Amino acid sequence: MDLLRFITAGSVDDGKSTLIGRLLYDSKNILIDQLEALERSTKNRDDGSVDLALLTDGLRAEREQGITIDVAYRYFTTPKRKFIIADAPGHVQYTRNMITGASNASLIIILIDARHGVVEQTRRHSIIGSLLRIPHVVVAINKMDLVDYSKDVYEKIVADYELVAKQLELPEVTYVPISALRGDNIVDKSTVMTWYEGNCLLEFLEEVKVESDINLENSRFQVQYVIRPQTEDLHDYRGYAGKVMSGIYRKGDQVTILPQHKETTITKIETAGKEVDEVFCPQPAVIHLEHDIDISRGDSIVKTEDQPVVANEVDALLCWMDEKPLLQGNKYLLLHNSRVVRAIVKQIEYKLDVNSLEHFPVEEDVKLNEVVKAKIKLAAPLAYDAYKKLACNGSAVLIDETSNTTAAAVLLQ
Amino acid sequence: MNENGKMTVADKNLGKSRWLNYMEQLEAESIHVFREVAGQFERPALLFSGGKDSITLVHLALKAFSPGKFPFPLVHIDTGHNFPEALAFRDKLVEEIGAELIVRKVEDTIKQRRLTEPKGKFPSRNWLQTYTLLDTIEEFEFDACIGGGRRDEEKARAKERIFSVRDEFGQWNPKLQRPELWNIYNGRIHKGENVRVFPISNWTELDIWNYIRSEKIPLPSIYFAHEREVIEHEGQLIATSEYVRPSADDAVSVKSVRYRTVGDMTCTAAVESYAKTLDEVVNEIIATRISERGETRIDDKVTEAAMEDRKKDGYF
Repeated sequence: MDLLRFITAGSVDDGKSTLIGRLLYDSKNILIDQLEALERSTKNRDDGSVDLALLTDGLRAEREQGITIDVAYRYFTTPKRKFIIADAPGHVQYTRNMITGASNASLIIILIDARHGVVEQTRRHSIIGSLLRIPHVVVAINKMDLVDYSKDVYEKIVADYELVAKQLELPEVTYVPISALRGDNIVDKSTVMTWYEGNCLLEFLEEVKVESDINLENSRFQVQYVIRPQTEDLHDYRGYAGKVMSGIYRKGDQVTILPQHKETTITKIETAGKEVDEVFCPQPAVIHLEHDIDISRGDSIVKTEDQPVVANEVDALLCWMDEKPLLQGNKYLLLHNSRVVRAIVKQIEYKLDVNSLEHFPVEEDVKLNEVVKAKIKLAAPLAYDAYKKLACNGSAVLIDETSNTTAAAVLLQ
Repeated sequence: MNENGKMTVADKNLGKSRWLNYMEQLEAESIHVFREVAGQFERPALLFSGGKDSITLVHLALKAFSPGKFPFPLVHIDTGHNFPEALAFRDKLVEEIGAELIVRKVEDTIKQRRLTEPKGKFPSRNWLQTYTLLDTIEEFEFDACIGGGRRDEEKARAKERIFSVRDEFGQWNPKLQRPELWNIYNGRIHKGENVRVFPISNWTELDIWNYIRSEKIPLPSIYFAHEREVIEHEGQLIATSEYVRPSADDAVSVKSVRYRTVGDMTCTAAVESYAKTLDEVVNEIIATRISERGETRIDDKVTEAAMEDRKKDGYF
């Protein structure tokens, strides 16, 4: 059994929470006491039905206002897969939350209200999905019950979305007409929309191939922690603990330590204290090297034959996540996996409109939820790949050193 | 080749599949988190309750740092209402792994701070643990406390970050959480603040049990069916002990029970069971239709937002 992490994008009125509630409910992942609590909190509804949306809204303010503020994670299992859902709010003021939820997703469900078709929000969610390189896209056309389950309405929306997909160069898009409220094509096939021949949503989620999403070509490893027991029998032991971010490492590999540019050879690889011949992404490992090189947390061990970019100045897209605005020339800490480097946002080149992909000049400061292209100057060299090529080594965050908060998501270019 | 004639990952690597199953993926994520804690903080601690989740944490930490020494002390906030089996297990485990154990007692906090003891039939000190925990964090200047919280446990937990920053009062502010992107963890804090770290956030109860089974992790005996004198109270079975005395009108009986969670004797209910092996326990968990907290925790039933409120106050 494997694992699929996905995000649902949509907002209050698209029925996102109802869709998730429906997936959990119809796949029998909701337990009796949770259902009882749900019935207690929805007993005021006129028609006496259970509000599936309340299953997902965890904070009191969310329940009171009937909205989702923060990313919540939901878990469900079918005999075929374990699923982790990042349930993120869809409104423009919560773009940062959506980016957060999308950062670990390998699939995005974009919800469209069948009555409204492709709207600005649909475009924004698709753009965020494409910026973050989410490999699989499902367009769930919801509320089909409100358009008489019309095939024409569905086909028109599909045709409209195809244009968006083409513009964004989305690799793989699947369309499903659903009614989350009535349960059509979620877990069980709709008995009304007999014209739809594809899989229902859950079947698709169970079967979509995600194995080839991981990169086994470009080997990247960053040191998280140096293990030095310094005991009597292990006093020479020095192992570099970290996670294989991508690719494969084998005993005997010629490697280069970055940013020092020192070459050496892997003499031993361990996982959980046992020696192994190879490790691959995303396994944790402890790597031993032939030469005594000064290596510390955040340094990269890569294969000599295939190295990332090493630079002191980087171009990046910044998704601004802090209430405090970004001003050109501001200083931050850049956290690139386990490496921390001082950074100055030297130049802000343009603002990217997340609803249209258009570029605009930045006239004032950069505010919460805005996406800009910027040049960042670093106090020490960074070993990275372009996010488009290798997301795991092309992603970082900016930290405001005075508040310690995470101020921006950084997609290196 | 796949059906489209494209090379698959397996073909490219001589037929070898390099794909982790979900259990291995969860383990990899947790080990990564543990190493981030060791790399980022000066005084981390592992909050150890003696329950299956914190035992799983210890097992993961051993894997993350082997053959190095166990890099954090285990901190037990002792309510004084423990199951004796859990205490014995704790002491044996600590000795085996050579870790440092710090125990701080709620009893002492109650005396020092003149706190009011909980009343009622099931006088749970669960909520009072917050005081002892915050005092302990201050005493040892812990900057990170690793806990066994899981997002599937409860709705408020579902929104909590893996690195969850607490202010000087230990409070969680759900509206001011830091964005947590990719596998990048920002653990920077000001003096006096601390971070609660939840390495098994993405595990479910069933994942924990499956992992315990596949890794053959030893557990305290109370997780398996045994005979015990219990009171039936509002559909839950609560063991009699020196802290919980039956009154005249209680239905007291001896039943075959096991525990699904191990908290205090005063706030944890048993489930009727004959499952004596891990396989049997896992089968029962799969078949159950009631959530872990709903079935076994007396303290979560009070209000819809009980957990959210306690977390805001500095609870685990």
